[in-house]
Amino acid sequence: MQSPLDSRLQEAETQRFATQDWFAELRRQGWQQFSSLPLPKRTDEKWRFSDTRSLSLEHFCLAGVPSDEVVDRLIAQSHFISRPSGLLVHIDGHCVLRPALAPELATQGVKFESFEDALRHHPALLKEYILKHCAGLGGEKFLALHQAWLRSGTVLYVPKNVEIKQPFVSVHWTATEGVAIFPHTLVIAEDGAKVTLHDFQCSAEPQLRALAISAADLYAGKGATISRLAVQAWGLATQSFEIANTCGAKESLITSVNAALGARRARLENTIRIQGEGADVRLYGISVATGEQEFDQRTLQVHDAGNAKSDLLFKNVLLDKARTIFSGLIKVAPDAQRTDAYQTNRNLLLSPEAEADSLPGLEIEANDVKCSHGATTGQVNPEELFYLLARGIPLPVAQELLAEGFLEEVLAKVDDEEAAAVVREMFRQKFHS
Amino acid sequence: MADSLIIKNLNASIGDRQILKNFSLTIPKGEVHAIMGPNGTGKSTLAKVLAGHPDYTVQSGEATLDGQPILGQEPDSIARAGLFLAFQYPSEIPGVTIANFIRAALIARQEKGAPFDAKAYYAELYAKMDALKMDRKFTSRFVNEGFSGGEKKRCEILQMMMLKPKYAVLDETDSGLDIDALRIVSEGVNHMRGPSIGCLVITHYQRLLEYIVPDRVHIMYDGHIVHSGGKELAVELEAKGYDWVKKELASA
Ligand SMILES: Nc1ncnc2c1ncn2[C@@H]1O[C@H](COP(=O)(O)OP(=O)(O)O)[C@@H](O)[C@H]1O
Ligand SMILES: [Mg+2]
Repeated sequence: MQSPLDSRLQEAETQRFATQDWFAELRRQGWQQFSSLPLPKRTDEKWRFSDTRSLSLEHFCLAGVPSDEVVDRLIAQSHFISRPSGLLVHIDGHCVLRPALAPELATQGVKFESFEDALRHHPALLKEYILKHCAGLGGEKFLALHQAWLRSGTVLYVPKNVEIKQPFVSVHWTATEGVAIFPHTLVIAEDGAKVTLHDFQCSAEPQLRALAISAADLYAGKGATISRLAVQAWGLATQSFEIANTCGAKESLITSVNAALGARRARLENTIRIQGEGADVRLYGISVATGEQEFDQRTLQVHDAGNAKSDLLFKNVLLDKARTIFSGLIKVAPDAQRTDAYQTNRNLLLSPEAEADSLPGLEIEANDVKCSHGATTGQVNPEELFYLLARGIPLPVAQELLAEGFLEEVLAKVDDEEAAAVVREMFRQKFHS
Repeated sequence: MADSLIIKNLNASIGDRQILKNFSLTIPKGEVHAIMGPNGTGKSTLAKVLAGHPDYTVQSGEATLDGQPILGQEPDSIARAGLFLAFQYPSEIPGVTIANFIRAALIARQEKGAPFDAKAYYAELYAKMDALKMDRKFTSRFVNEGFSGGEKKRCEILQMMMLKPKYAVLDETDSGLDIDALRIVSEGVNHMRGPSIGCLVITHYQRLLEYIVPDRVHIMYDGHIVHSGGKELAVELEAKGYDWVKKELASA
């Protein structure tokens, strides 16, 4: 039996970072905050429509380093694309694959390291960026817990004007019953840099009980480009929380695509911060929710600088008794004039028992802006359905094709066609499971 | 007459409007029949009722395909039984490519679990697209999305050629086509003509029938057929106009 995630273990684990006292302090603060915050209740506005009763942080543990057999098996399943610029594989919060970076990248100053390596090698960099802007949208308690146990993850740093075409890939696995992991993703693209990161989250066994509280910090400098694909494909007995923060400086271009397939419940809190003029930040989400899954999506688009654009599109397909919640807010500061901000949520219901709730919102203090928000929830278009049926395609297949077509609008935003094909296939598999 | 598409005394409505009124028609396999008639007379209704569209109510009558009743069947089983409808207004299907769409339709006709020969499929698909002078890039375009009128109609004929139905109902396949497209589409249909297929060509104009020469021509008015004849009937109708139908045939 593993020891529970209590104060004693937290302190013992934190002692391991005694040489980095700022980091040990960060973890202790996280633990204090976690301990002082209550679990969310359904009556909290930020948890409206969420099933807060089934939230549970009890009976989870940290897991030790996995066996060689597990490592070999899961690494073999981690090659999602054929020629990544770099691949990091983590199991139960331990980095198990960290090949050396290609010399041409290393000599340019690119860093692609596990969180623990980066903490040893570049503490100043981490200190400057880690959890600096990350804020929960209701999930403060979970973010605090992430901070308290922070240890694993992926750090990607791209120096000024370095452009890297081939994506980096980071894979997180859970492999131990009852494991809790707290992976962190930090991406820093300096001015004029260009980089793509794919994050995959998977379980070694579909029925493995696990708790995953991830956080992501994305920083794009002046004119920098970041593309991130985050694929949440945990097994169905996982509770998943991800709190992401994206900061876009002047004329940066950031595209995030979040694909949700797995977990019993998955909550995504995603904040976009437009900090410089001319920034263009795009946040997309797609999901197929089945069984009794709950996908809970909370977003915030903050425009602190004018003349910039943010675009958000979340599309959910719901089957069975699944539920999705989308709650989004666009916030435009008084002097962020000539802001373009869009927010759209579309839900496709394939079952009368599924439920999609949508809470779009605007808070605009500037007067010269173009903002729109909209939400639609509906069934498949009956004429489209008839067209497919009239070709002899049976109803379930026709519905699946229409649902896949519905998701395609977002998959088209993934520049890396190979990765898009992988995700497309994962959704297809999900329909057939 | 087992080898026929037989429609007998069909009465069908949409909402509270009666559209098909005692409609009867027999199309033996191997023949091409044309239905001509003014707008609003129920031609598309007939096509959709045969295909099993859920919006229409069939009060009475029957329709059989080689002896097999199709009314009341699900649209997908009617299609797999061998009926193909080329739509007057084909739907746009966002996000679904033509290649995936036609593949799904073909897989639905295979035995469950049988392997699908993707190589042979693409070879055939490309050959038929070439014949219809469709750019091969269309395979990865989303079904009908952003297509011109002519491209949509070609796409319908492509599907018909790939699915090889026993009976095909072509609803105003000529509308929206320029003369070149009309010729290409007609060649596609003529190429399929033969002893193993029966066709019902619905059209408003005689023009199409110069390219697809029918064995029989029927004039439809107010929900049923009021006059039938050989291919020369189309020419006569074109000369006399639909007023002739209204004044002389409708009262007959
Ligand atoms: N959804 C509908 N509700 C009510 N009436 C309809 C509907 N669709 C078609 N109609 C009517 O049914 C009649 C026959 O239409 P249709 O079969 O499309 O004629 P055609 O194809 O011969 O032009 C028309 O008068 C049309 O207005
Ligand atoms: Mg019509």
